[in-house]
Amino acid sequence: MRREAPQKFSDYGPLFFPAGMLIVFFVVPFATMIAVSFFRRDPAGFYSPDFVFDNYARFLSLFFGKVLGFSLFLAVMVAICCVVLAVPFTYLLSRAKRKTQVLWLVALLSILSLSEVIIGFAWSTLFSRTAGITNLLVMLGIMNEAVALNPSFGAVLTAMVYQALPYTVLVLYPALVRLDPTLTEAARTLGASPMKSFFTVVVPALRNTIVATLIMVFIFALGSYLLPQILGRPQHWTLSVLITDQAIYQSNMPFAAAMAVFLVLVTLGLVALTVYAGRKGEAA
Amino acid sequence: MSGLTLQNIVKQFGTFTAVRNVELTVPHGTFVCLLGPSGCGKTTLMRMVAGLDLPTSGAIRLDGKDITNVPTHKRDLGMVFQSLALFPHLTVGENIAYSLRIRGIGKEAQKKRVDELLAMIHLAGYADRPVAKLSGGQRQRVAIARALAISPKLFLLDEPLSALDAKLREAMQVELRQLQQRLGITTIVVTHDQREAMTMADTVVVMNGGEIRQAAPPVEIYRRPADTFVADFIGMTNLIDFSADGTGASVLGASIPGLAIPAGLESGIISVRPEDVHLTAPGNAPISGTVTFVRDLGGTIETFVEAAGKQVVAVSMPNARPDVAVGQTVGLKLNPADCVVLKS
Amino acid sequence: MNALLQKVYFGLVGLFLSLPIIVVAGVSVNEKQTLAFPPQGFSLGWYGEIFTNSEWRSALFASITLAALSAAVALLIALPLAWFLWRRHAPWANIFQLLGIAPFTLPPVITALGLLTFWATTGFYGQPATAVISHAIFFVTLPLVTLSLGFSSIDRSLVEAAATMGADDRTIFRTVVLPLILPYLISGYAFAFVLSLNEYIVAYMTIGFTMETLPIKIFNALRYGYTPTMASVTILFVAIAATIFGLVARFGDLPKLLGAMSSRD
Repeated sequence: MRREAPQKFSDYGPLFFPAGMLIVFFVVPFATMIAVSFFRRDPAGFYSPDFVFDNYARFLSLFFGKVLGFSLFLAVMVAICCVVLAVPFTYLLSRAKRKTQVLWLVALLSILSLSEVIIGFAWSTLFSRTAGITNLLVMLGIMNEAVALNPSFGAVLTAMVYQALPYTVLVLYPALVRLDPTLTEAARTLGASPMKSFFTVVVPALRNTIVATLIMVFIFALGSYLLPQILGRPQHWTLSVLITDQAIYQSNMPFAAAMAVFLVLVTLGLVALTVYAGRKGEAA
Repeated sequence: MSGLTLQNIVKQFGTFTAVRNVELTVPHGTFVCLLGPSGCGKTTLMRMVAGLDLPTSGAIRLDGKDITNVPTHKRDLGMVFQSLALFPHLTVGENIAYSLRIRGIGKEAQKKRVDELLAMIHLAGYADRPVAKLSGGQRQRVAIARALAISPKLFLLDEPLSALDAKLREAMQVELRQLQQRLGITTIVVTHDQREAMTMADTVVVMNGGEIRQAAPPVEIYRRPADTFVADFIGMTNLIDFSADGTGASVLGASIPGLAIPAGLESGIISVRPEDVHLTAPGNAPISGTVTFVRDLGGTIETFVEAAGKQVVAVSMPNARPDVAVGQTVGLKLNPADCVVLKS
Repeated sequence: MNALLQKVYFGLVGLFLSLPIIVVAGVSVNEKQTLAFPPQGFSLGWYGEIFTNSEWRSALFASITLAALSAAVALLIALPLAWFLWRRHAPWANIFQLLGIAPFTLPPVITALGLLTFWATTGFYGQPATAVISHAIFFVTLPLVTLSLGFSSIDRSLVEAAATMGADDRTIFRTVVLPLILPYLISGYAFAFVLSLNEYIVAYMTIGFTMETLPIKIFNALRYGYTPTMASVTILFVAIAATIFGLVARFGDLPKLLGAMSSRD
């Protein structure tokens, strides 16, 4: 079948509904959000139309700087932890029997699809005094008394790694499956131990994939909004939490919108970086 | 003794037996080709020699030492993969130097050896190129150089030339054989191309169904095949039933005087190469048949003859061009010395 | 030795991934209204509570209705778009592919806020239908990616063969393309369904003050009063997700499906 350019008007038929839906319910809302970010807050209702930069000017506070700094720091930590854990895991998974792979993929997808609410609840239970992991340690005689492990930074980080790890594995999976298995076999015939061949062949050959994955997991972690709320203290709140907070509880939509626009810009910049890393990978 | 010895090697994948009871000795410095159709176990056998797969039972000895359970990276061998498996993130030079780097050899010595090897494969000056920028033949050479960098005790090649086009492949076969003879290195090549095996090997090992059917020098494999599979797999042949009654043998309804049949064998198959089937006038030979098809390939002429309900192919050279046409009756002459008697 | 190391590593990752679920499963069978672990006593009553307690039941009903409808709308958007992009040569139309992938790639709070401002501005804020459309847009990425993958795996000469036998475009779609694309259609729906079932922030920002879906209900329970029902709902959700993905794996080629899903090609 030759792919022809659409000739008649009716050839465009299939495009009408999808294009309409995406424009009306994604492009227009997005544009609305950008517009609102320049509006003025109206305590009586949502907001009133205007064109002010006040909402953006509010970024220039120490508080906002701290939140932004912490959000980025947290996302970087999550990305690094996930990639360090996931690269060897996914590599081993991609070399495992098909049945093993399918089983793990189902498990990973199930966890990936879990609501942040549920993950937050599960870890808050796990970290709690009454039902937590410390009870196990008490039972084993390692600890004297059960304690609560949250709210804390460690709790937020652990739960976010938990949330992002399946995502990381699934992002890495295609590249690792496609990695020619004879490359590591060749390394072994040339005298490299399995460990050495992993670090001298697999990791360098996938350098660009790993960089791209780091960025994608970073973006994913940046979007986490409930876990810092459920498991952390207010100083562990991220930009996403702040946006929700402003939009819902403070009813300050213009400021929330301005922060969202800012977050989009950060994300888009990173996506561009990912694409660039990918291009470079193809060229090499 | 020096060289490679395989003792009663068996490899099972679940209930499937990929390699069964293989016994093989490869003396030091010889070139062996493992030849067979796909799925015959030849690649599995080589992977076990490399340590990439472990035999279910049996032993592998190299220079008298049992290496059956020695991990691949401690076997000091060189292997060229069908996919070549050149590291995409390394340059030509870095690829070749990989095994030296892994062994902690100094930068200077690495460079010297790389230059030496690049000169050997006629790619001097290519050290800094990325492997992606090379042609198929050049990649092939780099893979060979990389495998030879540590001067391995054993040189293994798994279908090394299958990705090359026909002309280049023929040239590389000659080059590879010459290289092996110059270096005197014990070499095993897996191939499904019998021409390749005949060109390069001291010993051709024909495998089928996980078993070695015959291991012998190329000409012997061709002239004296051990069974019908080998006769059929190597080159073109006519496999013709015969029956014997103690006094003589009957082939295609005629008797062939002088054909020696082992005592007690009442029926079997003879293998006759097409170039050993001679066409004559109908009255001049005991066997006669009808020409069904003539294929003139320029270099050779194949005549298909139906005799006693069986198709027989005769090959002639152009200077002995037979004057035959489809539908014509011809006589077929077989020399007893050209017939290999096989069990059916 | 190396195989052992691999088993240990898989085991540790498996433990990390299953630990919260094990604890929550333990909590869900407590006899009394307490979140103790190890559980005190044994009772499946909290699972019954999901269906007998009218608040939890209506949340479950709302969630399933929302997931079923929004996944269907997502499919209705994705199928013609993916088909058009496969069938026609129209490079500019790739912009819609990009638009379809963007909502899921951006941090969810952004899509949620965009939709919130939109519904608030147009005056539909709080109506149930807004959540369906919002989820459909948010999750259209999933069927779009699986369907694009599915179309790219169809041999184009099949279409030509059908045409030589006298089938027109519409007939070809119905008799050749649709049957071949069906597995991808189903898995695209399954992905969108499961994720919609679990989605919190978009649902919360669009209908959070008028209706409760299960994730919203759990979150509210987290704030205003713990009950083991939260745990039993969690386990129910894990079971639903595992069952659906298990079915996708059983009847489809999951490694292949995921092999191209995240590479976005």
